[in-house]
Amino acid sequence: MKISRKDFLRLSGLSLLAVVGKKAIGALAGKGAQSAAALPAVRVTTRWAMVIDPAKCLKEEGCTKCISACHKAHNVPTINDPRHEVKWIWKEPFENAFASQESAYTEAALQGKPVMVFCNHCDNPPCVRVCPTQATWKREDGIVMMDWHRCIGCRYCMAACPYGSRSFNWFDPRPYISELNPDYPTRTKGVVEKCTFCEERLAKGQAPLCVEACPEKALVFGNLADPKSEVRRLLDARFSIRRKPELGTHPEVFYLV
Amino acid sequence: MRDRGVIYTGLLVFLGIITFPMWHDWAAGTTSRGPDPVLPAQEKQCVAPLSTMRTSHMQLLMDWRDGVVRRNVHTYTAFNGRNFNMSLTGTCLTGCHTNKADFCDRCHNYAGVAVYCWDCHVDPKLARRSAK
Repeated sequence: MKISRKDFLRLSGLSLLAVVGKKAIGALAGKGAQSAAALPAVRVTTRWAMVIDPAKCLKEEGCTKCISACHKAHNVPTINDPRHEVKWIWKEPFENAFASQESAYTEAALQGKPVMVFCNHCDNPPCVRVCPTQATWKREDGIVMMDWHRCIGCRYCMAACPYGSRSFNWFDPRPYISELNPDYPTRTKGVVEKCTFCEERLAKGQAPLCVEACPEKALVFGNLADPKSEVRRLLDARFSIRRKPELGTHPEVFYLV
Repeated sequence: MRDRGVIYTGLLVFLGIITFPMWHDWAAGTTSRGPDPVLPAQEKQCVAPLSTMRTSHMQLLMDWRDGVVRRNVHTYTAFNGRNFNMSLTGTCLTGCHTNKADFCDRCHNYAGVAVYCWDCHVDPKLARRSAK
């Protein structure tokens, strides 16, 4: 059979078109299927958060039960010099804790009153972004965790944290710990530390120590991803504020007002 | 042979110098014995076979560390199917090697190894003593 030059060109053109067309359809269909499969896979089931009721906290004046429970269990040294002090949970005057709520007419009940503050376990933690060794990172359940083995003491995280939640060990903290708890490590010189939402207790299914130690139950811990949780119930029912939300760090510690 | 005295004195000095390590050790009372770590009485089997623990216990402890701190995994299933809580002070030092000085330290001192584990991790025995 003889084939003319015109027929040959027409035939090859058509087959080329067929091949390209098939590839294009395959690519489009494949891409569609892939994106559809990727979407529902990402679903947060646990997002730990804390809700604090400052009014309840203020009922017992001078109470430091949550602080001492936390600091004792986590081997936090007691250093009185404010330049060197180490703290995980502490009291801050209302005006300082909520600087953006500053007003000459702060409610009398809150004026100068102490508010419990600690690491906010931000959803968008600036400390994590700046850590050069990934010694601090955000876990899937939202806890901003620390690996003290990996901390090199550069203190970038302390500069990045807008809440002052992190402390640096300027010297060996052991002489400043009155009673060592062998179940928890101390830190060493040149390491940054902060609250970890008691992740060692969460792993055993227990609530954080500060929550347990509070006689007024002013601190409520729970899972924000669970609509039926106590924290969600409180946040649904009452107005709450967070520390410096305008910075976009999405703090996960809420204060009821 | 007028130099006999000088030669023999020189020989004695030479012998004295080259045998220095021997009589120095003898005078100091050191022996050539090994570190002899004290093994736990109540437990016969570690979390891994002896040979593995001898050569790679540091690797195992680092895996435990990364598991607990970074991956939130707290249980270790041993080669024989037993489960252990991954904790240096909570499992190793509380369950078996209750005397760190007679086990960990003996070998480390013998081998001249300075580990920094104890800069942070607390020997439960020390903590009990300081609490008294």
